[in-house]
Amino acid sequence: MKMLFKGSEAIAEAAIRAGCRLYFGYPITPQSELTEYMSRRLPEVEGTFLQAESEVATVNMMYGASCTGRRVMTSTSSPGFSLMMEGVSYMAGAELPAVFVNVVRGGPGLGDIQPAQSDYFQATKGGGHGDYRMIVLAPHTIQEAVDLMNLAFDLADKYRMLVTILADGMLGQMMEPVEFPPMRDPNDVPEKKWALTGAKGREPRKVTSFDIDPYELEKMNLRYQATYKKVEENEVRYEEMNTEGADIIVAAYGTMARIVKTVIHMAEEEGIKVGLFRPITLWPFPYKRLNELADTVDTILTVEMSYGQMLEDVKLGVNGKAKTPFYGRSAGVVPTPTEVLDAIKKAIGR
Amino acid sequence: MPDSLSKKEFTYCPGCHHGIVHRLIAEVIDELGIREKTLIVAPVGCSVFAYEFFNVDGTVAPHGRAPAVATGMKRATPDKIVFTYQGDGDLASIGTAEIVHAANRGENITTIFINNAVYGMTGGQMAPTTLLGQKTTTTPYGRDAKANGYPIRMSEMLSTLAGAAYIERVMVTTPQNVIKAKRAIKKAFETQIKGLGFSLVEVLSTCPTNWGKSPVEAGKWLEENMAKYYPLGVYVDRTKEAE
Repeated sequence: MKMLFKGSEAIAEAAIRAGCRLYFGYPITPQSELTEYMSRRLPEVEGTFLQAESEVATVNMMYGASCTGRRVMTSTSSPGFSLMMEGVSYMAGAELPAVFVNVVRGGPGLGDIQPAQSDYFQATKGGGHGDYRMIVLAPHTIQEAVDLMNLAFDLADKYRMLVTILADGMLGQMMEPVEFPPMRDPNDVPEKKWALTGAKGREPRKVTSFDIDPYELEKMNLRYQATYKKVEENEVRYEEMNTEGADIIVAAYGTMARIVKTVIHMAEEEGIKVGLFRPITLWPFPYKRLNELADTVDTILTVEMSYGQMLEDVKLGVNGKAKTPFYGRSAGVVPTPTEVLDAIKKAIGR
Repeated sequence: MPDSLSKKEFTYCPGCHHGIVHRLIAEVIDELGIREKTLIVAPVGCSVFAYEFFNVDGTVAPHGRAPAVATGMKRATPDKIVFTYQGDGDLASIGTAEIVHAANRGENITTIFINNAVYGMTGGQMAPTTLLGQKTTTTPYGRDAKANGYPIRMSEMLSTLAGAAYIERVMVTTPQNVIKAKRAIKKAFETQIKGLGFSLVEVLSTCPTNWGKSPVEAGKWLEENMAKYYPLGVYVDRTKEAE
């Protein structure tokens, strides 16, 4: 049964259905509805909601909760995610699973409260210190955001990694009919043999992100890298639309990709065949498939609600095989379909 | 040796009080029979390895964030006994917000707060608890109130919060003081076991290395200077009314 739901609230409900019973968070526009939804819904399912004193405290509460082996999440928007970066790095180092939802707004700094995609670098290239990665999932509809929540928690547990749902203010604030998956049993998660549950009848367990001996720390880092390699081999996800025989392929994710889907139909009326390549995992990025597509067209145009962040990954994927022009607006300005169509025409000299 | 201590040798400097306090905590955990359900949240700083010295499950929090980490643990598993072990740089400076709000929420955790009036691990810089006139590597002419503000009395400050159930300041310079300190630590853990709210024991401690004193001189300096500015005693005890 489909229900009309606001994006932020739909993500919250989907997280609960994925077995998450612990939410720590701090209000920030444009996703405070997610926090509010959790505060009323979690007590109904015997879960724990706690409004932290800051995002810094939030991520450390997640650290503590995740240490015990339970599924935990938070949600925030850009400046809040920046504040969490200290804890993100520590959690990555301690190999703690957790899910973050970043509903991106215009930046840098305080910015505004409108949708943007300018946290791409922060999400996919680090943000926190050290050699770490996190899995980044980028839904382009509310239904897809709902569907990705189960995957997000499962991947976090499977690889002992952090997973970020990178949405934007548009997805957070709009309403759409969605269908929810069934409620999962929160206890039905894989056993975590590393979790801190009290040293009853066994040797004490320690969860840390450090070793003072560089050679030992390097071993830890090599272990993380081996995990990341597995994720790169197994978890790349993307969507293609009309890429076969296309005059031009447009690379876009999230809300921007949704706009491109409209543009595809507009372009068709003018006799231009536009293909869409939409990464669903921004990390691991679908370099391989993009490289194959670069053999089939002259031009792969990147459009983003930022000034060219995913563009760098597109260029790495294309590796010089095709032209890689760019069109982007940012700071909370959402490009119109007409603007994008003009950019497409310019890119192919029409 | 208490069961709750691991076999790992302490890495602390001669004359530092961390070792005594570790042993007291371990004895208390043994006596209360809670070793198998106790989780330690160790800090950053000299006692960063505290998690290795206790025979219990544990982790290391980012600098100052131990109360938030402990909050997450306790909320996720309320049947566990969760304690943080924090120095003054950790608790009274970078982690001020986390300790204030954990205490104010009445978070049912226990904090052991080691106050030696200096940053130890980083090499003897000024802490928020450094006494006026005290020389450190970043107050080479002595701490000056105008330039550096005043030493923070954390136990007094936290005891104003309604969520704080039990707060006491102790020191471990003499056998009598050690006995009193152990009693306070035990009461703090009992407060948590009974679910009465936030408990904290502040232990005035020495740092002979960074104070540039012998262990004996350091103990004397603590008693004659620190204990005057940071009076010992119970700052709040709401355990009776909470019970």
